[in-house]
Amino acid sequence: MAVVEEKVTTWLGRSVKRKEDDRFLQGRGNYIEDIKLPGMLYMAILRSPYAHARILSIDTAAAMQVPGVVAVVTGADLVAHKLAWMPTLSGDTQAVLATDKVRMQGQEVACVIAEDVYTAHDALGLIDVDYEPLPVVTNPQQALAEGAPVIRDDKEGKTDNRIYHWEAGDQGATERAFAQADRVVSIGMHYPRCHPSPLECCGCVADVNPASGKVTIYMTSQAPHAHRTVFALVTGLPEQNIQIISPDLGGGFGNKVPIYPGYVVATAASLLIGRPVKWIEDRTGNLISTGFARDFYMDGELALRQDGKMLGLRVNMLSDQGYAYADAQPSKFKAGLFHVVTGSYDIPAAHVVTDGAYTNKAPGGVAYRCSFRVTEASFFIERLVQKAAYELGLDPAELRRLNFIQPEQFPYTSATGFVYDSGDYERALDLALEKVGYRELRQEQAKLRQEGKGKLLGIGLASFTEVVGAGPGRQFDILGIRMFDSAELRVHPTGKAILKLGVKSQGQGHETTFAQIVSNELGIPPQDVMVQEGDTDNTPYGLGTYASRSTPTGGAATAVVARELREKAKRIAAHLLEAAAEDLEWELGRFFVRGTPDRGVTIQDVAFAAYTNLPEGMQAGLEGVHYYDPPNMTYPFGSYVVVVDIDAGTGQWKVRRVVAVDDCGVRINPMIVEGQIMGGLTEGLGMAAMELITFDEEGNCIGSNFMDYLLPTSMETPHFDLFETVTPSPHHPIGCKGVGESATVGSPAAYVNAVIDALAPYEITNIDMPVTSDKVWEALRSKGVGA
Amino acid sequence: MYPAKFEYFPPRTLEEALSLLAKYGDEGKVLAGGQSLIPLMKLRFAAPRALIDLNRIEGLDQLVEEDGGLRIGALVRTKACERSQLLRDRYRALADAAPQISDPIVRNRGTVVGSLAHADPQGDWGSVMLAVGARVEARGSGGTRTIPIEQFFQGPFASALEPDEIVTSVVVPDPGPRASGTYLKLERKVGDFATVGVAVHLSLDNGRVRRAGIGLTAVAPTNVRATKAEEALAGAELNDASIRNAAELAAQAAEPRSDLRGSADYKRHIVQVFTERGLRTAAEAAGAA
Repeated sequence: MAVVEEKVTTWLGRSVKRKEDDRFLQGRGNYIEDIKLPGMLYMAILRSPYAHARILSIDTAAAMQVPGVVAVVTGADLVAHKLAWMPTLSGDTQAVLATDKVRMQGQEVACVIAEDVYTAHDALGLIDVDYEPLPVVTNPQQALAEGAPVIRDDKEGKTDNRIYHWEAGDQGATERAFAQADRVVSIGMHYPRCHPSPLECCGCVADVNPASGKVTIYMTSQAPHAHRTVFALVTGLPEQNIQIISPDLGGGFGNKVPIYPGYVVATAASLLIGRPVKWIEDRTGNLISTGFARDFYMDGELALRQDGKMLGLRVNMLSDQGYAYADAQPSKFKAGLFHVVTGSYDIPAAHVVTDGAYTNKAPGGVAYRCSFRVTEASFFIERLVQKAAYELGLDPAELRRLNFIQPEQFPYTSATGFVYDSGDYERALDLALEKVGYRELRQEQAKLRQEGKGKLLGIGLASFTEVVGAGPGRQFDILGIRMFDSAELRVHPTGKAILKLGVKSQGQGHETTFAQIVSNELGIPPQDVMVQEGDTDNTPYGLGTYASRSTPTGGAATAVVARELREKAKRIAAHLLEAAAEDLEWELGRFFVRGTPDRGVTIQDVAFAAYTNLPEGMQAGLEGVHYYDPPNMTYPFGSYVVVVDIDAGTGQWKVRRVVAVDDCGVRINPMIVEGQIMGGLTEGLGMAAMELITFDEEGNCIGSNFMDYLLPTSMETPHFDLFETVTPSPHHPIGCKGVGESATVGSPAAYVNAVIDALAPYEITNIDMPVTSDKVWEALRSKGVGA
Repeated sequence: MYPAKFEYFPPRTLEEALSLLAKYGDEGKVLAGGQSLIPLMKLRFAAPRALIDLNRIEGLDQLVEEDGGLRIGALVRTKACERSQLLRDRYRALADAAPQISDPIVRNRGTVVGSLAHADPQGDWGSVMLAVGARVEARGSGGTRTIPIEQFFQGPFASALEPDEIVTSVVVPDPGPRASGTYLKLERKVGDFATVGVAVHLSLDNGRVRRAGIGLTAVAPTNVRATKAEEALAGAELNDASIRNAAELAAQAAEPRSDLRGSADYKRHIVQVFTERGLRTAAEAAGAA
């Protein structure tokens, strides 16, 4: 039967089914827990029950007596190998296993290595640690107060808990803007500590071959190459002997960017014992000890003219960093990407002050789909703009419209020094308002308010601008390593290709999306392009996947290397067609002689010739590698509208409608993009409504399992109506901007704004996340509303 | 999450199960749905030496009406209650509670009787059974005995059961022709324990309340009855005033504690709101004027 195939002219904008899903849906994925090596041992971690305590002694004798226990490792053992401490991503230090003190609940104190996983856990209970509890610091205000206990007394000369004080923007210009203002609107809030909570926790299998010295570490890593370098620097092992393999990952969301003590101890144990060692983190370990997100206190004010024009912005932030400073912080932008705090608005002057403090909590800060504090910045400005609208008596949509950066202003240099690449904010907002039926909703709201029967309707907007795609290497680095990324493309003789990348999918669909980029440049269909990531021996160096950077960097590298191969292919085609290369035209997948379209060769013909029939003097093969250092960040944006109904009797709020307009530039695979957006809108709801890692006054973590740390399920998740505008990035080879984090960044403010919008007539101006029903009810009660 | 070592027994008869329980006493735990016990074991909060699995014993999965009421056997899953037309027609408080218990996965395995035996003050079934005035039937080495539900809950996770006893069923009395009830639950998300739950049961006679039952979840060391509210309603007409009065009395019966789910004031307020809403719903369904 003849199959008539549709002639493909582009592979962009096509919802190709995810190539990786066949193996995931059939249970044929290969996760850390699936990896079993001959002779493998199992490691379990003993964690501190105290948030702050001196370790007086550790007795491991009884644990060592348990049949099947091979070793018990403590901090003292690691000191001998100079491995008791390790660097964080921001160059601070973090304990691998505690030596002097424990500084957070859940800190790693000892590890048992045993023949099976049950025995390892049984023996944990027999390790006898004598602690002397110390006063606990559970928030940054307390940490910076006079006389607070010094958490990092391991650091010579450290006499307080301050980590940094940085300023950004122009203080003088901002002061002048405020002096000219008719109105100053202020807001204060806490963006609480939450957790990325990937379905798969962290883990590794460390396999050191005592004969060859080869160190193979299968590891839940979003950045395998960077991790290899850090391992080499920390251990002093030769880097060519270290192979990091990051297999299929069950989600990351930033949680798998840092290096955790479990990886280091398992590797050290494998080195010393000479057998592979597996460590799989349990859920409690994951929630209480690994990279958390946010925990930012933000106060600020907006200077406005009476007509609504924004003149200046001031923000003060205080960050709770936990016991180690482990933000990944680009060295040129010390406030991180919080610099994007002016958002979608043309605000001429801004000044940002940020302080960080140690507390007796887990380190982290940037995980959970957050491009280095963009989430906090976006939440802050979108909440503040809504408050300003109420105070000026303007509709929140109108105030936004009045102040949007206009399309002709791009490239736009913000008051804090970012250069926005492109945008059309009003178009996205207009589309969102039209789709949600904004005017009708406001009419319904007015009617309900008049009736006053306890039914509260709220409409929340967020017109966010993100900054992703780190980065230009001259400005962005992690521990000094510039944030480029890479792609290596090999086209085999039969015209099938293999693409190797420095980034690493955790579920984002790289195997499909990046294959489509190759397809779009070379005409080789996606099913003929295999994408490989995660194995440092077999992929080019890259900084990994986080901060929505894969398509802006690795995707760009893929497009560029494919174009380079197409240039070579053109010369081979010219040779095959006996024509001059400049007389050839390209249609997707085929070169032909200009004017005689029948005279042509396919990319597959060319690939075969690259190994069999080359022009004189040309090197064989059709392969290349490109390291792409982006000229700028990319700036995805969007407008979200959330509609909520509140039961004034109980304070419960329910999402009636979510309309999301996203502009991430050109969409490669719209289905995958929409999946990312739905995931982010769900996470935004989670943060707005329920997710919280909190602590009691003794520093006990409340939120250490999924009964206390609440994640939205399908039952809580509303339907999402998704729409798009397309404003290509002018500097990205195919106009993409990255989308992984847009909805997580943009949506929390939309949900909270919706609840606050419903409560606005009662002069309730803020409820910190998570906005739980009891907080809504207490707020109403404080204003004498409700029963 | 790896439990400590335990021995596993799947007896085929109740007698066999009872003899195992007699042998292990406090160190034996009875397994039905496992939806509370297994998580506790995985966290090593519970480390029983022996697990006695009732699932292979025949006859414990009866959900039937018989003389004087509804018998719910020890292996009746919450899912069975959720799907039961009998419950929807005659035992409305149970029918309304079932789909609100945890999540579908838990309901597929979790049992009504297991939930009662666990005696969690945040458990939902306890309040429902208090509202409908159920009796617990237990068997031990001393034979069978019936325990009125209000005597069953002794404290948080503590019941009137002896270490050698197994609850074989719970029996709900016949509610009579003009009766209804409901269950209202405030939870932070599906699958969460109740912040507050209120079970309401009403039976009517000539436009007046014959019997009112109100059970409260998560606002006291055990599931509790709002006795004064029940007494105030008994014999009364159902109207705005009597319903509001009962709701206030129910709120007074609550002794909640402030926690992450909300302040004590908030929870007491929810008891009042839910009691009022629940009584209105039940009154309407029972055919009160």
